[in-house]
Amino acid sequence: MHTVAFPNKILPYLLVAPQIILTVVFFFWPASQAIYQSTLREDPFGLKSGFVGLANFSAVLADPNYLSSLQVTVVFIVLTALVSMGVALLLATTADKVVRGQTLYRTLLIWPYAVAPAVAGMLWLFMFNPAMGTLAYLLRRNGFGWDPLLNGDQAMALIVVAAAWKQISYNFLFFVAGLQAIPKSLIEAASIDGARGTRRFWTIVFPLLAPTTFFLLVVNTVYAFFDTFGIIHAVTGGGPAKATETLVYKVYNDGFVNLNLGSSAAQSVILMIIVIALTAFQFRFVEKRVHYG
Amino acid sequence: MARIALNDVRKTYGTVEAIKGVSLDIADGELIVLVGPSGCGKSTLLRMIAGLEGITGGTISIGDRVVNDLEPSGRDIAMVFQNYALYPHMTVRQNLAYGLKNRNTPRPEIDRRIAEAAKALEIEPFLERKPRQLSGGQRQRVAMGRAIVREPAAYLFDEPLSNLDAKLRVQMRVEIKRLQRSLATTSVYVTHDQMEAMTLADRLVVLNGGHIEQVGTPIELYEKPATTFVATFIGSPSMSLLVAPATGDGWTLSGASAMPDGTATLGIRPEDLHLAEEGRDDTFRADVKVAAVELVGAESYVHATLPDGTPIVFRVAGRSRIAMDDTMTIGAAASSLHFFDGRGMRLA
Repeated sequence: MHTVAFPNKILPYLLVAPQIILTVVFFFWPASQAIYQSTLREDPFGLKSGFVGLANFSAVLADPNYLSSLQVTVVFIVLTALVSMGVALLLATTADKVVRGQTLYRTLLIWPYAVAPAVAGMLWLFMFNPAMGTLAYLLRRNGFGWDPLLNGDQAMALIVVAAAWKQISYNFLFFVAGLQAIPKSLIEAASIDGARGTRRFWTIVFPLLAPTTFFLLVVNTVYAFFDTFGIIHAVTGGGPAKATETLVYKVYNDGFVNLNLGSSAAQSVILMIIVIALTAFQFRFVEKRVHYG
Repeated sequence: MARIALNDVRKTYGTVEAIKGVSLDIADGELIVLVGPSGCGKSTLLRMIAGLEGITGGTISIGDRVVNDLEPSGRDIAMVFQNYALYPHMTVRQNLAYGLKNRNTPRPEIDRRIAEAAKALEIEPFLERKPRQLSGGQRQRVAMGRAIVREPAAYLFDEPLSNLDAKLRVQMRVEIKRLQRSLATTSVYVTHDQMEAMTLADRLVVLNGGHIEQVGTPIELYEKPATTFVATFIGSPSMSLLVAPATGDGWTLSGASAMPDGTATLGIRPEDLHLAEEGRDDTFRADVKVAAVELVGAESYVHATLPDGTPIVFRVAGRSRIAMDDTMTIGAAASSLHFFDGRGMRLA
């Protein structure tokens, strides 16, 4: 590899400084604060705090509420990633076949990505609110007992749909690009080799999309973990009966609503470890089965 | 095994007619080479036979079936692509097996055919490797193997050697010829390389602008080109074309009856021209001035101009002492002259 030598000693540091400053201010500093906070316990009036070691961690991990929140998070992430990637892949393969108006079709499909999470949540809430939602009314008129305010599974379904809907555009873009990167002659060779329709898709197209799918899996997992707070906050507020309280939402709830700062900090440290471990796992094991070119 | 018949085949893209009515009969077991400059429609024609392009008009039949409306998989053909189009996520063995599995060929039969093809193509050591671990030449063999194991009615080759280096290309050319002979399967081969076309073909089809210029054996095309296009396309360096009758004293034909009526163009191949000598019976004579000399090893090609500025190329054996700006007289025998009319069609 060719290495570039800068004549000036300070210039290279200046050039990387913006990125370093951003990372320090928005990641290392808050992360270290969280670790520091997680070892403290505040008195009920917030007047003083004392060092308690790992007591916050052991309390959190022994809390059945925390474990159920972990379960909720896993269900939420798996469903959101599956729905958003599945629908996006379906739309992308369909868009690939469209001959006329392809650009218009794609542009329209990209719009939801520009919608802010809280707004997206409100949008779905308006449609499915049991009291005034148009679609909720239709569901109930057809004999379906729709009430996400009381039924935890339905509340989960609602936030999964809202979260997945927002991410479909992003996944769609990458899948379209991935599909276009597959050489046309490979598809032609497969059609001469007698593979049609779904068989061709699963034996040729899908394996060749694997790098894209893997990348999106990582991105969607992180998205479902962290970027869906606005949706949950707007649609269910973690309810009913904590049925949609994900780990991130619990961090907020315990820390900023219930003002249990030590526990909240401990939870966010655990969250950080989970995400680091998950991403490392994905790169270590899943990527081995991915074919790059 | 099958014969392939094209009957007034046409292809239009919007208002552009890419194939303008091509009729061609390909005999069972024959190796036909479609050759022509880029954009002549040769690849389009091949892809129409394969079923990868729709047919605007006319019929294509393979064996005794008209295949116009059949899917590529239903036409019982196998194709070798220019970029090989090997499935990158499969091993060589899986690549070869894929087409057979899709047709529900029994496992032992698949294994037998792969073993045979791998032996014939000497790719046995690579069967468990992925395509990216192979060299260009090895990938080319695998692409051939994938066609062979299918045991189809016809092979279609779309410039399969153009991604190989010159040496490997010559080697694979010989091998394809040998394989095609031993398998005796009808093959259509597309190339823009006239050397490849000449050496491989049982019969050559020269395409130009979407229509057939001439069909014939390589020797027929070389000795009796039907048009000035074929005359200049086949043979390297190209045949020199001179305006006829000669303007001024550019060149002369001895014997007034030598040139047929209506001749507008006279063609002479570089290898048929020689330096004029006493006692040699040359019909054609011209005084030329040398513009450049190309030494290609065993022979040299001299690029010269007639007094009226028309370029002409001739061959001299070995290293010649001819230098730039030399003037000399060259000649050619009556039997080696080609006459064309005003539309570029061969006379007599």
